[in-house]
Amino acid sequence: MEEDKKIATRESFGKALCELKDENIIVLDADLNSATKTEYFKEKYPKQYIELGIAEADMLGTAAGLATCGKIPFATTFAVFATGRCYDQIRTSIAYPNLNVKICGTHGGITVGEDGATHQMLEDINLMRGLPNMVVISPSDDVQTKSLVKEIAKYKGPVYLRLARYATPEIYANDVEFEIGKGIQLGDGIDATVFSTGVTVSEALKAQEELLKEGVDIRVVDIHTIKPIDKELIVKCAKETSILLSVEDHNVIGGLGTAIADVLAEEYPKKLIKLGINDCFGKSGKAEDLMEYFKIDSKAIVEILKEKLYINNNSK
Amino acid sequence: MKITKVEALEKRANRIRQDIITSIYYAKSGHPGGSLSIADILSVLYFNEMNINPLKPDDKSRDRFILSKGHSAPALYAVLAEKEYFSREDLVTLRHIDSPFQGHPDMNKVPGVDMTTGSLGQGLSVANGMAMASKMDRMGYRVYCLLGDGELEEGQIWEAAMTSSKYKLDNLCVIVDANELQLIGKTDEVKGLYPESIEAKFQSFGFNTMMIDGHNIEEIMKAFENAEMTKEKPTAIIAKTIKGKGISFMENNPAWHGKALNDEEYKKALEELNSND
Repeated sequence: MEEDKKIATRESFGKALCELKDENIIVLDADLNSATKTEYFKEKYPKQYIELGIAEADMLGTAAGLATCGKIPFATTFAVFATGRCYDQIRTSIAYPNLNVKICGTHGGITVGEDGATHQMLEDINLMRGLPNMVVISPSDDVQTKSLVKEIAKYKGPVYLRLARYATPEIYANDVEFEIGKGIQLGDGIDATVFSTGVTVSEALKAQEELLKEGVDIRVVDIHTIKPIDKELIVKCAKETSILLSVEDHNVIGGLGTAIADVLAEEYPKKLIKLGINDCFGKSGKAEDLMEYFKIDSKAIVEILKEKLYINNNSK
Repeated sequence: MKITKVEALEKRANRIRQDIITSIYYAKSGHPGGSLSIADILSVLYFNEMNINPLKPDDKSRDRFILSKGHSAPALYAVLAEKEYFSREDLVTLRHIDSPFQGHPDMNKVPGVDMTTGSLGQGLSVANGMAMASKMDRMGYRVYCLLGDGELEEGQIWEAAMTSSKYKLDNLCVIVDANELQLIGKTDEVKGLYPESIEAKFQSFGFNTMMIDGHNIEEIMKAFENAEMTKEKPTAIIAKTIKGKGISFMENNPAWHGKALNDEEYKKALEELNSND
């Protein structure tokens, strides 16, 4: 993990769009292109860019119409507006007819920071994974975001792509490629598995490093695709490790933890500790401080794992 | 006996009405009022206006139609059957399990349905997307979007109306089925909507507008001609219609927004329509 090279997945997304060569790609914006980073695409391919103004519902409907005519629309706005404000538009005009629309929500989670609760979307994974036909993707770093943007452009069908404002370290080498629905296991530790997604993957990796110093060897699993979820990998880790933990920048209801628990309940019943936002709204503050406050950072992961492994927290 | 084009379209509209009534009767539920009010408009669209071929329902260059007021699905199914996209006899399966004819139109189940609709207020945005794609690809196809007047209470319609005019979508033609009734009563009383106020709204949003009698075949034909000639602007045709048109006991009665006919009502309705044949 390259701590000094931090980049937000929204930034990687903006750059990745510019690398898509297909002229059927259309990027739609609702007055947020400097925040969602679609301004880069607008600059490079102005003819494939449509501005809808502050009208997210209209943007998603327009995207649906374009998709029926063979275009590959990427409709972009903040996660909260994309999925919350426009849930019914997505349901009726995109998911039910199974149209090839990519719904891209930047600013997911409490790591939005200072803008506070209204803009910190903590329910989007829940809303989108509950929709038939919808694929839900939440990448963790620059390389993964760029690779998955290419993958979802090739994939035919509706996709929700959750992106972050908060800059996180680079995790993967440049040549790593990712497949929709295939999780990534980082490390072979057998003391615990930490399932993570998006901004919490680098926190889990920091925790892995910390714990190793104390002789605790955990593995981190990067679940970049929350739906369809990698059942095989989840069951494998449940069999191979004693403690299972999930950590996410999302409500503990309906997010990554729930998706994993759904698999465990049916395939390999085992206890799962869920770290996330405990069914409350967010608040203003610095992203780092909020991650600590809501206990989804590396410190929280280390603490809870030490507690579960009967390692005295005060022994240093 | 030779009949004129107008008479032929009237006959088709009458058959569409018969099929609406029959399919809803067999479904034992559905929305007859707003389906009957658009029968004449659909007859002209599908038999005089749109460039479509039932043998090639997915042809990329075809004109598109979006029934944004999806609850009038029986009318859309009836006109598609009349156009021979599928057999007229199949319509009686409306709303039954295993039938392609869902309560609201599903583009993946019924050939000829260009967009899935049902939740009001969404169709115009979708129509804009199609009209934009037509222009981007220089395909030249036109897009027709039928809205209910009550549906105009949904805010997304006006987000979309701004988009239609901002992008000068002159290949887009909106038709408002202005029957002045919605489920609970008069659109004027509910939200101040009546044909003149609707026309003024679309005009102020930058549309070429027209007010016509939505049951007069010639007026409907001329309105579409006018829309095609209009450049740099989308068109909105405000079609004054009668909810339940063609069946005496349903006309202008909001009680017939969403209920099926019983045996006696069905018999009487068919008699009235048959007398026009």
